[in-house]
Amino acid sequence: MATLKELVLRESPITGGHRACAGCGFPQIIRIVLMAAKDPVVVIAATGCLEVTTTIYPYSAWNVPFLHNAFENAAATASGVEAAYEALLRKGKLKGKINVVAFGGDGGTYDIGFQSLSGAMERGHNLLYVCYNNEGYMNTGVQRSGATPRGASTTTEPAGKVRQGKVRPRKDLTAIMAAHDLPYVAQASVGYYMDLLKKAEKAFSIEGPKFLNVLQPCRLGWPYKPELTFELGRLAVQTAIWPLYEVENGKWKLTMKPREKKPITEFMKHQDRFRHLFRPGNEELLADLQTEVDRNWQTLLEKCLPAGQAGGEGGSK
Amino acid sequence: MIFPFPGKPKEVKFILGNEACVEAAIAAGCRFFAGYPITPSTEIAEGMAKALPRIGGTFIQMEDEIASLGAVIGASICGLKALTATSGPGFSLKQEHIGYAALTEIPCVIVNVMRGGPSTGLPTLPAQGDVMQARWGTHGDHPAIVLSPSSVKEYYELTIKAFNLSEKFRTPVILLPDEVIAHTREKLEIPENIKIVDRKKPPANVDKKNYRPYAVSRDDEVPVIPNFGEGFRFNITGLIHDDSGFPSNAPEITQSTLMRLHKKIAAGYGEIKGIEVDLPRGAEVAVLSYGASFRSAAQAAKDAQVGLVKLTTLFPFPDKEVKELAQKVKTIIVVEMNLGQLIGEVERAAGGLAKIAGVNIANGLLITPDVIREKIRACQKKT
Repeated sequence: MATLKELVLRESPITGGHRACAGCGFPQIIRIVLMAAKDPVVVIAATGCLEVTTTIYPYSAWNVPFLHNAFENAAATASGVEAAYEALLRKGKLKGKINVVAFGGDGGTYDIGFQSLSGAMERGHNLLYVCYNNEGYMNTGVQRSGATPRGASTTTEPAGKVRQGKVRPRKDLTAIMAAHDLPYVAQASVGYYMDLLKKAEKAFSIEGPKFLNVLQPCRLGWPYKPELTFELGRLAVQTAIWPLYEVENGKWKLTMKPREKKPITEFMKHQDRFRHLFRPGNEELLADLQTEVDRNWQTLLEKCLPAGQAGGEGGSK
Repeated sequence: MIFPFPGKPKEVKFILGNEACVEAAIAAGCRFFAGYPITPSTEIAEGMAKALPRIGGTFIQMEDEIASLGAVIGASICGLKALTATSGPGFSLKQEHIGYAALTEIPCVIVNVMRGGPSTGLPTLPAQGDVMQARWGTHGDHPAIVLSPSSVKEYYELTIKAFNLSEKFRTPVILLPDEVIAHTREKLEIPENIKIVDRKKPPANVDKKNYRPYAVSRDDEVPVIPNFGEGFRFNITGLIHDDSGFPSNAPEITQSTLMRLHKKIAAGYGEIKGIEVDLPRGAEVAVLSYGASFRSAAQAAKDAQVGLVKLTTLFPFPDKEVKELAQKVKTIIVVEMNLGQLIGEVERAAGGLAKIAGVNIANGLLITPDVIREKIRACQKKT
């Protein structure tokens, strides 16, 4: 694995000066994932903040070929690119390895782009799909998505007198992708860049369809102080709200176990989208959210146990 | 008459176009919204998300635009007046369901806030490039009612008109504001007495088990289809169907079903039409426009003292009215923010009786009165 010192010497696939918000998390995701590739990359992106802020005429922040297609189509277009590349390789018209990488936000991945993603993964295209997941439609002004956590307030599921933000929990897309029986699926977070680098390097070394789900704090949609992006990315992991793990050929492995699991409020208290949960009367809901995170964490730990030990006492380890 | 409203204003507001659409939808009796965020229509979804739960209505954010209109159709057949709102790329996705609603005769209203296209195009800038898509976007010989507002007030009125027409004629109605109208803040006098149309229901004493939902006595009639949950047993399908609702591919049924879908709209033309003609005595040139372009056209026509025609109903197209206009003037100038869409309809309707000229700019900017004035001058020189 490359060290951080080696990494900074490499040419960045994406330059600074783009128009992402101060404190935005996705430029780091792109940079780290693409710097992990030893071979040339082509990037296919869905509609979203990433596309909007990095490709404003007459500028581009990209040092690699970049194709933007409509919201629901990144994985489908990437499928075509990959299939054509394989054909050109077969005919000897192209030589050498090229990595096909697709980027989509959680809207373009969990919701509208889910069909094309599932199709691409099931067909087995040799590509890496990276979801930069900020848990909402932030580009259009903070609407809820399938990735928005329960209790979070958005403009289309706002907290008010009757409801306290989103009613249903987010869907577990990483697990859904793992259920596609892929060679490599992993969950990462902006705060743990070496973990992300390691996972991206591994993904690029594996043939077949790969999926990375990377949590990206959004200072506009979660709102928080922009200097907290890294901190929140780490707190999400330390509270087990967003555990870091990978699933390689069906084997689940935890890649970071917090030394001491923090209460979820440590993560939530910095963010306005959860502000209403701290008002009097919402104690029960907050406790319920904690129970939900604990239960999911326990389930994950059991999945990640070495073979033969799973399904034992079922108690905490 | 469905429109315009009688009476004094109930309330005066300074309001965004898309917010006026929300107000009007609620006033028209809309109690269901399913949508998907897309600029520049999102304020409608956000407004409905706030407004509907307060009055016992339902807002659902769906996973995409196909699903949004699917849910709207499902809600409508249960008896709710239902709305979805989108913009260009989402409107493309909705096309399948627009045809379905037209054939199954399920009322629904679709707002498409026009932005620059094709594809992702210009998400934050205005255009009028979806006019022919609104008419012909879905496959097959379907009818279409398409309305386009040129002010916030009209956006309000046409939203109500859209629901009324949709309920009355049991057909999808497409409302085509452009980004300028959607994001313009203007004074709106909310009318006191709004005429609301509700869909007809079958008489109480009919045989609910053997009810024929598409049975009609005239070939231009709107069928009386019951809502789900009212005890009727019937079938709805996107296949060509007979009056029982079950699929049929008999040639005479196919032809008569398609013809009736068109004839019911034609029969209701008097209520559906929306055209205002202002022709000064002796005017040899008339400027015809709709939406935000109309505002510039109106200024230019006033300055040059020529005729002015505003369309608020784009389809069914006012063939007769445009032909009459063509008989009176030498030139009709059609102003639209596209490379020439409705102008083709004007040419067809005019049938060579007048010269047709276009001001067609699709650069993401509003067409200014200067450009139109120049065109008027050029046309006046030629005539």
